[in-house]
Amino acid sequence: MPLSFSSSEIYETIRMVQMENLDIRTITMGISLRDCAGGKPGRLRQRVYDKICRCAQNLVQTGVEIEQDFGIPIVNKRISVTPVALIADGYSPEDFVQLAQTLDRAAETTGVNFLGGFSALVHKGMTAGDASLISAIPSALSTTERVCSSVNVATTKAGINMDAVALMGRIIKETAALTADRDGIGCAKLVVFCNVPEDNPFMAGAFHGVGEPECVINVGVSGPGVVLRAIQKHPGADFGTLATAIKQTAFKITRMGELVGRAASHKLGVPFGIVDLSLAPTPAIGDSVADILEAMGLERCGTHGTTAALALLNDAVKKGGAMASSYVGGLSGAFIPVSEDAGMIAAVEAGALSLDKLEAMTCVCSVGLDMIAVPGDTPSETLAAIIADEAAIGMINGKTTAVRIIPAPGKKEGDLVEFGGLLGRAPVMKVHPFGAAAFVTRGGRIPAPLQALTN
Amino acid sequence: MLLFADDQDNRVIVTVLGKDKVGIIAGVTGVLAQVNANILDISQTIMQEFLVMVMLVDISRCHVDFGTLKNLLMAKGEEIGVQVNAQHEEVFRFMHRI
Repeated sequence: MPLSFSSSEIYETIRMVQMENLDIRTITMGISLRDCAGGKPGRLRQRVYDKICRCAQNLVQTGVEIEQDFGIPIVNKRISVTPVALIADGYSPEDFVQLAQTLDRAAETTGVNFLGGFSALVHKGMTAGDASLISAIPSALSTTERVCSSVNVATTKAGINMDAVALMGRIIKETAALTADRDGIGCAKLVVFCNVPEDNPFMAGAFHGVGEPECVINVGVSGPGVVLRAIQKHPGADFGTLATAIKQTAFKITRMGELVGRAASHKLGVPFGIVDLSLAPTPAIGDSVADILEAMGLERCGTHGTTAALALLNDAVKKGGAMASSYVGGLSGAFIPVSEDAGMIAAVEAGALSLDKLEAMTCVCSVGLDMIAVPGDTPSETLAAIIADEAAIGMINGKTTAVRIIPAPGKKEGDLVEFGGLLGRAPVMKVHPFGAAAFVTRGGRIPAPLQALTN
Repeated sequence: MLLFADDQDNRVIVTVLGKDKVGIIAGVTGVLAQVNANILDISQTIMQEFLVMVMLVDISRCHVDFGTLKNLLMAKGEEIGVQVNAQHEEVFRFMHRI
C-alpha cells in the first residue's frame, strides 16, 4: 500500500517535535474517590491509597509506551481526584493533612509527578469539611511533594464568596511561611479559582469533578514553539492571514493530543474525556507565549497592544483546536504563567510587564494571574483583593480565572525566586502599596451578576 | 473509526535525514531486512545536499518489538552519520488528515 501523505507533511511533523518543542504536556487520569468515603480516617486513607494505586498502576508505563510508538514526548503523567473535601467532610484539619500525605504516597507509588484534588468548592459557602480542608492546606502543601490544591471561591451563578477570598489570602501567606526555606514553593501548588472546570488536566488546578465518570483520561497539549514558528513565517501578514496560520497550527497540535488521548484510553481501558486546547509554555527557550506576542509585532510583551494580540492568539488557538478534537474541555486557552515562560520573565525584568497588565490579559485568555511572585511582606488582605479582582473578571465574563501567587518570604521587588523544573523562576513583581483591607473584610458574598440569570 | 485497527498498528514510517553519501539506503534497509520488516513503499528526494528518505514499513512479521527496532535503526543511523526516526503511521494520518 502506498504512502497516504507527502514527505513534506512527514517532515513537518518531525520538525515540530524535534525543533519546535511540540509535546503533549500531560496525560491526566481522573479518578473518582467518592466510593472511598465514610468510616474512620485511617480506613478512608487506606481505601483512597488502594484505589488510586489500582486505577493508575499502568498510567506512567502506558505514557512511556505511547511516547515510543508515536515519537511524541509526553512530558507529564498525572492524576486528579475527587475534591477531597467531599469525601472527608466532617474530618479534622489534622485528618486532612494525613490524607494529603496519603495522596502524596499514592502519587509516588504510581510514579506521577503531581496529583491534584486537595480541593474544596466553596463559591457559595463552606461546610465544616471545606473549612477543615482549607485550614489544612498550609501544612498539607509543606509536608508533601506532589499534592496540588485548589479552592473555587466564585462562580458566575453564585457570585463571589468574599469570606473565602479573605481566608485564602491568609492561607496563601501561611503556606508561604511554612515553605519559606524554599521561597514559598507551597504556593506554587495552590490555585484559587472562579468558575473552575471539572475536567482540567493541568496542574495545579486539576481535580476530578462531581459530574465525571469513575475514571477518565484527559489530555493537555502544548506547543507555543510551533505557533511561534508559524507566525514567524508570516512577518508582514495581515490579521486574517495571521489568525489562519495560528488556526492551522493549533489544529495539528490538537490532533496529536486527540491521538494520544485515544491511544491512552484504548491501552488503559478507561474512557477518553477531553483534550484541553491550551498553549502551555515551559521555561525552555522558544517555548514561550510572550515570544509569540512579540513575534506578532510587539516590542515587548506587556506593552500597549498586548491584550489585543493575546485575544487574537487565544481565539485562533480555540478555533483551530475545536475542529481537531471530538471533545474539548478543561481550561482551553493560552496560559500566561510568569515563572514558567522565559519571555514573560524577560518582559518583567525589562519593566515592560506589570501585574496590572497581566490582570488585563486574563480578561481575554485562560487562566489568570499564574505563577507570580510578589514581595513577602504583601499583606494577606492585598492578596485577597488580587483574588477578588480576578474572580470578578471571571464572574462577569463567564470564564475561568485563577490566582496562583507566591508572596516569597523575605523577598522584595526585583529579587528573583527560583523554583526549578517546570515551575521555573520568577522575578518578584510590584504590588500596589495602598490597602484594601476595609473592602475585603466586609464579609459575605458579592451577589451573582445579571449574567447568572440565563434561564 | 479505523484507529488502532490491526493492519495500521503494524505500519510504521521510517524517515532518514542526512548528508547524501554512498550506502545510506543499503544500511537502513539492511537493518529492516535482518528483522524481517517489509518495506511497502519508499520515496526519496535530495533537498540541497540533504537526503530525505521516507519508508512505509510493515512490522507485522518483524522478529523484534517496535522499541528494539527503533533502537537498531537509530544505532545504524549514528554509525552512518544520518538521523533515523521511526514512528507509527497514525501520527501522520492523524495530524494531517481528518
